[in-house]
Amino acid sequence: MTAINQSILTLILLVPLAGAVLVALVPDRFKLPNWIALVTTLATFGLTLHLPAHFDNTQSGFQFVVNRLWIEKPAIFYHVGVDGLSLWLVVLVGLLAPIGVVASWNAIRERRKLFFTLFLIQQTAMFGVFLSLDLMVYYGFWELSLVPMAILIAMYGRKDGPKAALKFFLFTFIPSAPLLVAILWLYAQTGTFDFTMLQYNIASGILPAGPLCWAALAFLFAFAVKVPVFPLHGWIADTFCEAPVALAMVVAGKLGLYSMLRFHIGLFPAQARAMAPLLVGLAVAGLLYGACLALVQRDFWRLMAFAALSHLSLITLGIYGLTLTGWDGAVYQILNHGVVDGALFLLLGVLYDRYATSQINAYGGLAAKLPRTAMFFVIASLAMIGLPMLGGFVGEFLILLGTFTGVSRGWAIAASLGVILGAAYMLWLVQRLFFGPESALAASKPPEDLRGGQLAVLWPLAALMMVMGVAPMLWLPTIEKGAHPPPSHVQFIHLSSQGEGPR
Amino acid sequence: MNPVSDIFRILPEVILTLTGVLVMLIDATLPPHCARRSLGWVAAFGTTLALWSSLFQLSLPEGTGFFGTVETSAFTVFFHVLICGIVLVALLLSLDTLPEKSHHQGEFYALIVFGAVGMCLLTGAVELLLVFIALEISSIATYVLAGYRKNTARGPEAAIKYFLLGSFATAFLLYGIAMIFGATGTTQIYEIARLVPAALNHAFILAGLGLMLVGILFKVSAAPFHVWTPDVYEGSPTPVVALMSTVPKAAAFALLLRVVYEMLPTLRPVWQPLLWVVAVLSMTVGNLAALRQQNVKRMLAYSAIAHAGYLLAAFAGLGPSGIAAASFYIAAYAAMNVGIFAVVTLVSGYDEKLPLINDYRGLIYRSPLLGSLLIFFLLSLVGIPFTGGFFGKFYSFAAAVGGGAVWLAIIGLLNSGLAAAYYLRLALATAQRPDEQTSAAPAPRVGAAVGAALLLAVAATLVLGIVPGDVFHAAESGAHTLQAPPAEIIAPVNTVVTQSQP
Repeated sequence: MTAINQSILTLILLVPLAGAVLVALVPDRFKLPNWIALVTTLATFGLTLHLPAHFDNTQSGFQFVVNRLWIEKPAIFYHVGVDGLSLWLVVLVGLLAPIGVVASWNAIRERRKLFFTLFLIQQTAMFGVFLSLDLMVYYGFWELSLVPMAILIAMYGRKDGPKAALKFFLFTFIPSAPLLVAILWLYAQTGTFDFTMLQYNIASGILPAGPLCWAALAFLFAFAVKVPVFPLHGWIADTFCEAPVALAMVVAGKLGLYSMLRFHIGLFPAQARAMAPLLVGLAVAGLLYGACLALVQRDFWRLMAFAALSHLSLITLGIYGLTLTGWDGAVYQILNHGVVDGALFLLLGVLYDRYATSQINAYGGLAAKLPRTAMFFVIASLAMIGLPMLGGFVGEFLILLGTFTGVSRGWAIAASLGVILGAAYMLWLVQRLFFGPESALAASKPPEDLRGGQLAVLWPLAALMMVMGVAPMLWLPTIEKGAHPPPSHVQFIHLSSQGEGPR
Repeated sequence: MNPVSDIFRILPEVILTLTGVLVMLIDATLPPHCARRSLGWVAAFGTTLALWSSLFQLSLPEGTGFFGTVETSAFTVFFHVLICGIVLVALLLSLDTLPEKSHHQGEFYALIVFGAVGMCLLTGAVELLLVFIALEISSIATYVLAGYRKNTARGPEAAIKYFLLGSFATAFLLYGIAMIFGATGTTQIYEIARLVPAALNHAFILAGLGLMLVGILFKVSAAPFHVWTPDVYEGSPTPVVALMSTVPKAAAFALLLRVVYEMLPTLRPVWQPLLWVVAVLSMTVGNLAALRQQNVKRMLAYSAIAHAGYLLAAFAGLGPSGIAAASFYIAAYAAMNVGIFAVVTLVSGYDEKLPLINDYRGLIYRSPLLGSLLIFFLLSLVGIPFTGGFFGKFYSFAAAVGGGAVWLAIIGLLNSGLAAAYYLRLALATAQRPDEQTSAAPAPRVGAAVGAALLLAVAATLVLGIVPGDVFHAAESGAHTLQAPPAEIIAPVNTVVTQSQP
């Protein structure tokens, strides 16, 4: 067992890569690339499930750690590990991968080899971001995750892929330049890229305060664009319109939010604390702004983009409220948002493939013809707007509770308003797509409801949403383990919960 | 007195010279109608032999030969191997892409090999007059190669432009050498390094340094001495551009390292700000100009200028760390640049029917292999992790940060973000669906020799991107053989962790 525990994270990184190589080698016949990608992603998902099964909840710190020298000079270590914070996020990436394959099964009709090769490389890059504990390795995967995404958006975009790809790439690539400088500066100061060593060095207060502030800001900026945080969200609408469904479900949120928790707050607690009020304000602004814009969209991809902005802002609020309740809620909400978004994108992708339009007012009255699609869409929408007994409720409740008790009542009330608006645009979307009189578009095609593969994915997802709604204790203890800071940070948390200034 | 025979000190150069002479002799004895492609294989074989012989030089004790004019050390071996490797790739590339009918193929291969002799000699020379001669050997070969397509309008223009401006630059270099000789009374680099701190005529030395820098910075196409680059690249045959955008620059950078770190380390306060300015100018000018280019070769020419800027950022690093970073960057840059020009040669063809970015539209549909390779090399030029370009930038900017020039690293990295825009324009054109016009273009054929060339370039770029440790180690041991500045301040690495906590 120890041998497996030692190599499990490396396997999780390598299996998708091996799958990518295999896909690149086989001929593009009999949907071979699709099958290989499906088997690979399912196998990887299986491997990620090994983690929670053998994760020791009684221990704090990182588990399944591998720490080997990779490059001698500068000292870059292949250092990977998971803790309560990243554990379930890794499983989430593993879960979304086969869903992405299923969503691409019929949607990708040409150049399937290229698509699935890049898709699998993208998986490795995302796993790498969540697993790396060496800042250089982390940065490597962070940058690598942009490339397949940009190429896939360019090649498989719906209308103007290359333009959206360029926008996406530049928006996320340019902020990582200051990030790299900050990492290099930390290395020049401390001689290490290692996360825990850096955490210790920074906490001990021997680094010059001024540059440290700039370094923290560089980290925050790179992550805030990637999430995105209002007003850095310029790329999200075009990207959601153009990205293939399998990538749209993973493009926003997770990587940036996790990085904020791990590498911004984790490394620079004092600086994060100083920036927190600004971010809380921006988060609430993004929450309301995204919700208002989502209300007036006519294209459902754009609506999903602004809905994502709104929901991700809520999570950002939970993170920068700097309360433990808020952190628990934030991580839980990342998981829930990933699952729900996966389901919604899969369903919207099915609609788009069949009716070839994303104009909402072209649809209408689909519920009678496609009852299963309608049912799953309603369930996912309700989970998204935070109906009690479904996953979204737990996360949103914890975030709002944390904000209400730990930050300020005003922000919490404003955020609640955003959540209400969220219910409005989602339910209105459901109504316009599935109910009302049957539109000409709906009548033009024979009814063809969800089939085998899609149902095989959607049933478990729906079940998962309900389980996440009623039994959050399956996840929360582990998340709390990760969200609880290491001992050296306890003092800072006490201060923050009492609302006092930094030392 | 010297335990190592002098001839071993210049073994690669000797082998390359013999190869060049052999190629010319065979060329002269072959009947005129006979195909001369096989001469390329002779040249490639000789270059491979020279590469092995430079590796053999590693086993020699470090030292000089021929009355202290030529050095063999880890530094020279690093650059010899690099130069021979890139020349080999360029030869393989030319083998498949030069037109069959050309009667001047023999000259072409011989000139490439003779150019390599000059560049190898340049990296090993520790005597300024030999430096000058070596530079001339390599330059003259390159001038002729630039005008190889003499039947086109742009070919002779490129050659004349390159020749005139290049001669000027060399004259500057020579004048600088004369000034330094006037001030110190010697042209031996170690001697100069020893004499400079005590020299009376300081103004002469400063003027000499300035003039030499002009000459060298022209050769590496750094701004503001870069104006020849786009025109020459556009007019020269693409296989020649693959060569001359990489190896002469590598050799010239080796010379620059020798001049500033070994010959005049005590003048660091003088040359450091100059190189900062040139670095920032090169990056910014190169990238801004590249943004507007429609011609792929011109775009890559400006990209080469920008890369010279990133490379010069490494010179902000102190002592061995800066030298090693610069050496590594040269290797990474050479590997990816020769690769991308190989792809460009194949796509646009020898007569360059498809020179524009728009002509690359849908390349990945026409030829999945070349399309993917082009995107791969472009990503490496952008500096995406797990490619050589990333670690090149990484070491270079890390050296700058370690040397205290954080601002330079920030400017550099923001510039590389800007650069991503034009590299991606080409990459995205490649990935775009082909339109009427470009889908009619034939898929380029990838022959065995050029396939080997591409394989070498890809392998080198990947190795430098995934396991750069060994190459960096070689660059570092090379760096240590250049005499380190006497009053060196080591960056405070590894000191913080061990400090006692308050």
